[in-house]
Amino acid sequence: MPTRTLFEKIWGNHVIHEEEGGGPSLIWVDRHLIHEVTSPQAFDGLRLTGRQVRRPDLTFATVDHNVQTTDRSIPIQDEISKKQIEALSRNCEQFGITYFDLTSPNQGIVHVIGPELGLTLPGLTIMCGDSHTSTHGAFGALALGIGTSEVEHVLATQCLWLQKPKSLEVRVNGSPPRGVTAKDIILSIIGHLKTAGGTGSVIEYRGDAITALSMEERMTVCNMSIECGARAGLIAPDETTLHYIRGRRYAPRGDAWTQAEEKWHELQTEPGATFHETVQLSADKMKPQVTWGTTPAMVTDVTGSVPDPQDFQDPQMRSAATHALKYMALDPGTPIQSIKPDRVFIGSCTNSRLTDLVAASRIIKGRKVAPEVRAMVVPGSQLVKYQAETQGLDRVFKEAGFEWRESGCSMCLGMNPDILEPGERCASTSNRNFEGRQGYQGRTHLVSPIMAAAAAVAGHFVDVRDWEISG
Amino acid sequence: MDPFREFTGVVVPLDRINVDTDQIIPKQFLKRIERTGFGPYLFHDWRLHTDGTPRTDFVLNQPRYKDGTILLSRANFGCGSSREHAVWALLDHGFRVLAAPSYGDIFYNNCFKNGVLPITLEETLISQLFDEVTTQGGYSLRIDLETQTIHKPSGQQLEFRIDPFRRRCLLEGLDDISLTLLREEKIRSYERKLSPVQSIKVMRL
Repeated sequence: MPTRTLFEKIWGNHVIHEEEGGGPSLIWVDRHLIHEVTSPQAFDGLRLTGRQVRRPDLTFATVDHNVQTTDRSIPIQDEISKKQIEALSRNCEQFGITYFDLTSPNQGIVHVIGPELGLTLPGLTIMCGDSHTSTHGAFGALALGIGTSEVEHVLATQCLWLQKPKSLEVRVNGSPPRGVTAKDIILSIIGHLKTAGGTGSVIEYRGDAITALSMEERMTVCNMSIECGARAGLIAPDETTLHYIRGRRYAPRGDAWTQAEEKWHELQTEPGATFHETVQLSADKMKPQVTWGTTPAMVTDVTGSVPDPQDFQDPQMRSAATHALKYMALDPGTPIQSIKPDRVFIGSCTNSRLTDLVAASRIIKGRKVAPEVRAMVVPGSQLVKYQAETQGLDRVFKEAGFEWRESGCSMCLGMNPDILEPGERCASTSNRNFEGRQGYQGRTHLVSPIMAAAAAVAGHFVDVRDWEISG
Repeated sequence: MDPFREFTGVVVPLDRINVDTDQIIPKQFLKRIERTGFGPYLFHDWRLHTDGTPRTDFVLNQPRYKDGTILLSRANFGCGSSREHAVWALLDHGFRVLAAPSYGDIFYNNCFKNGVLPITLEETLISQLFDEVTTQGGYSLRIDLETQTIHKPSGQQLEFRIDPFRRRCLLEGLDDISLTLLREEKIRSYERKLSPVQSIKVMRL
């Protein structure tokens, strides 16, 4: 058998049928995660055709996108959000799907709770109607975002037609300096590959800078694979992965664990296996990253300044940069560190896990949020919130002047009341700085949790490497 | 789904790269639980000023493109979020054909599930189309999916390629799920051999 990449192994294990002549393959789906926004029309489709959910035992639901992050004992004010949540609840009941509802201790952002519950395991295929499903690739699972018609297809058949993607190796060598986080690594990669550099591909992240990362950090990296166009991101499982999974609610136990462990060790790209393309970066010289424009690839070092659109050779890039600077109300040449956010958002499926909150809390401990800044922390799940509160992080944030919220997607996409006002500028740990993403006419700068925390205190972006960190 | 064989329509030029699905349909309109009714919100933030009046400089607001049904755009169209609402909004507005040098992967898949044909053409051909659309009033194209050709008003023809499987599904208006269920035996035989890791054992806590 020819040498295979990690991706080829997982793919090969899940092919049910291959169309002749290079057509798509029918792929088995091991875990299907659903949420309130992209599923109602899929369930309606099932009802219209009289179909059932083929494997409710492999399907799991939660509410995250439009839920309020304030006191949950108060009913949802937004009638339309309420309707969407009620629809999910009804659908899960009708079709026998496990549902972590708004009152569940397991509620949270779907990409945070999947790993927490041990639903995300190496070698599995995981689908969800959300583009940041790539997050689960951190465990060596092939995890893809799909549209609502595909959600309906997976519900009805537990399979999906997929064109076999290409494979792209992104190798990050060296070790990042203190203050340079997983977020900065992935933003640097996106800045290098641009918004479409990964289109049609599954990325495997490799190299010592990647294997040195914790599971939470690996999730941050894989999460943003879609921002360079990739279908999915993968990191081969190792001891770090196994250590994270062991003992989680849906993870294998006893003999099943021993067998699984053996199989997981085989989930490596074999020496000599080839990728369609390889990109290499060094982490040694990476700096904290801040986006200045309206795509995640419009990013630069914190020590840099806003570029001049005239410096772009490509006319379309030049026009895009001109649009972006107008939208962001930034002048060419403005030093990044002089930019002043009005709002700071720590949260989202990219950066809302316990380690993110711990890191941010160390920056702000004993300090205060600048008077002109409004800052909030939205833990990724109820479990993260509980663990953070057990460690007293909620007090650290609240004493510094942060709002401490309930779990959900919140201001990452502003489908709930957490939105920017027109013209407001936000330092955000989320994944997209698209126009209007966090609120109509809102302006987003993507950064790491520690960069966001430092900006909250200073009132402008600062080089977090210069900061004294407590604890 | 209605079969897609031939289509003729007026072309609307949207001259921007990286048009993301957040622009195509902003998140405040994702709360509907139906597939229809998204058309009025298509490109909402680009179409309207803050006070709700139309931005006259936006292409969809220009009278000559009012009845357009073919959308011409630049590289990486439909990047970003997986929201199928983006395709539903385009379709609801009347667009059945898109032409661009490249697309976001999930968006591209979503198009086929809704009978929208996303045509991929080389940058130079797309640029040429932009020139022609903007200089010729009422510029329209005839698309023939069977032969995979675009017929220009000048009589010139362009070829495009769609994966044969997807092309067949569009031409025959096939329902994906019925197609998959034809493979039921293969699915069952795979399902019987699931490994313990693939299955879920519910642990009572």
